[in-house]
Amino acid sequence: METYYSKEHEWVKIKEGVASVGITEYAAHQLGDITFVDLPKLGKVVKQFDLLAGIESVKAASDIYAPLSGKVVKVNEALNDTPEIVNEAAEDAGWLAWLEVADPLEVKNLMTRSQYDAYVKGLA
Amino acid sequence: MADLNMTPLCQEHQRMKALMAPFGGWQMPIQYAGIIAEHKWCREQAALFDICHMGEFLFRGDTQGSGLEEVFTFSVNSIPVGRSRYGFLLNEHGGIIDDLIVFRLADDRVMIVVNAATIANDYAVIKGRLRGGGLENISTTTGKLDLQGPLSREVLVKAFGPAIGQLPYFKFSNMTILGVEAIVSRTGYTGELGYEIFLPAAKVLELWQLLLADERVKPAGLGARDVLRLEVGYSLYGSDIDETTTPLEAGLGAFVNFDKEFIGKAALLKQRQEGVSRLKVAFRANSRRSPRHHYEICCEGASVGSVTSGVFSPMLGCGVGMGYVKPHLGVLGAPLTIRHENVSMEATVVELPFYRGGSLRV
Repeated sequence: METYYSKEHEWVKIKEGVASVGITEYAAHQLGDITFVDLPKLGKVVKQFDLLAGIESVKAASDIYAPLSGKVVKVNEALNDTPEIVNEAAEDAGWLAWLEVADPLEVKNLMTRSQYDAYVKGLA
Repeated sequence: MADLNMTPLCQEHQRMKALMAPFGGWQMPIQYAGIIAEHKWCREQAALFDICHMGEFLFRGDTQGSGLEEVFTFSVNSIPVGRSRYGFLLNEHGGIIDDLIVFRLADDRVMIVVNAATIANDYAVIKGRLRGGGLENISTTTGKLDLQGPLSREVLVKAFGPAIGQLPYFKFSNMTILGVEAIVSRTGYTGELGYEIFLPAAKVLELWQLLLADERVKPAGLGARDVLRLEVGYSLYGSDIDETTTPLEAGLGAFVNFDKEFIGKAALLKQRQEGVSRLKVAFRANSRRSPRHHYEICCEGASVGSVTSGVFSPMLGCGVGMGYVKPHLGVLGAPLTIRHENVSMEATVVELPFYRGGSLRV
């Protein structure tokens, strides 16, 4: 199971046609204390890089984009009351939503872990 | 960008891995461990803030004959020695040039504590209004650390003796700390029991390290300070109040003494008679969403104003904010919608402070 990354600091993990999506640890650290996650509605259909969700920290409000096209089939409802999970485990328990993937080939527009790490290093 | 000013603790903040950012022309620590953790520490223990960026002026002379009595919206003459008072420096239109605190050091000596970004202008304005006496800008040689939180009194008593424990709210004491003259004032910007300590800038690092050696004390940055002050409804100069707003519009008329003369009084009297055209209100969001500076305030589909300050309140568990609206909406319970791009949240006008559980007056 491969994980891919976007320039907007989303990650996506695909397994049997369903992708879990979240923000990277780097993004969560940059945002600081996360206070609110605006989860997408179940059934919402998004194109790759469309607006998927919103995330707010004490410092800023940010848009989260869909790393792949697809339909939202599950959201992480635990984040409604405890959005700080994203700070604690951004690339694990802090996942935001599951997408039913429309086109697996779209991963060509994303980065691998090593590419993403190099990308983040270049931002410093 | 113009060169940023540095406080005497700048290197120390960097050593402590603080996240630094410009504020009011100064390079300041925004956070150390994290804004919410620092906020919580201040509400429960004692947090130490580097506030050396703020400005201090020393006035020497006759407070009446010099014209100082007419410079601010409050009376300086009637402040007893050892006490301080909060109020405004206004322009002739009643607009707020700054909000500040005057400390009565002696019959013929006061210290004026002003915001960082307004130091140069305040100094010029006050100096220009004085007919006598001497005004000295002692900002660069004066350091200021704020220790705030329910345990701050015990910490200072342990460090400097029991006299500090007796200080009531808005009273200060001249003391010798670390071998130098210092002013310890029971004031702050957090809604908690707390102290502002003024001392020579050269001694700030020593005091910072001494206080942090107490395990009940942790450093806090301007990020936490902003959440703390907004939870108790204090205005931030440059965001909530400025030269385009008057104390009456800001709901701060309590800090204006109409029984004396001051520059801006005629404009305020006129505004008091005719009514204000906008009013600062406080509102609570119906979710964890944060209202933010410049977000639009709407009511029944129409734009009625904009947000001047907003944040997620850890104590209330929801977004809180302030902003100016049409006066008829300045009633408790008025429903507002806060909007910005694809963000929208419902909010309700409430009374200040948002958070009432602080240790401020214990």
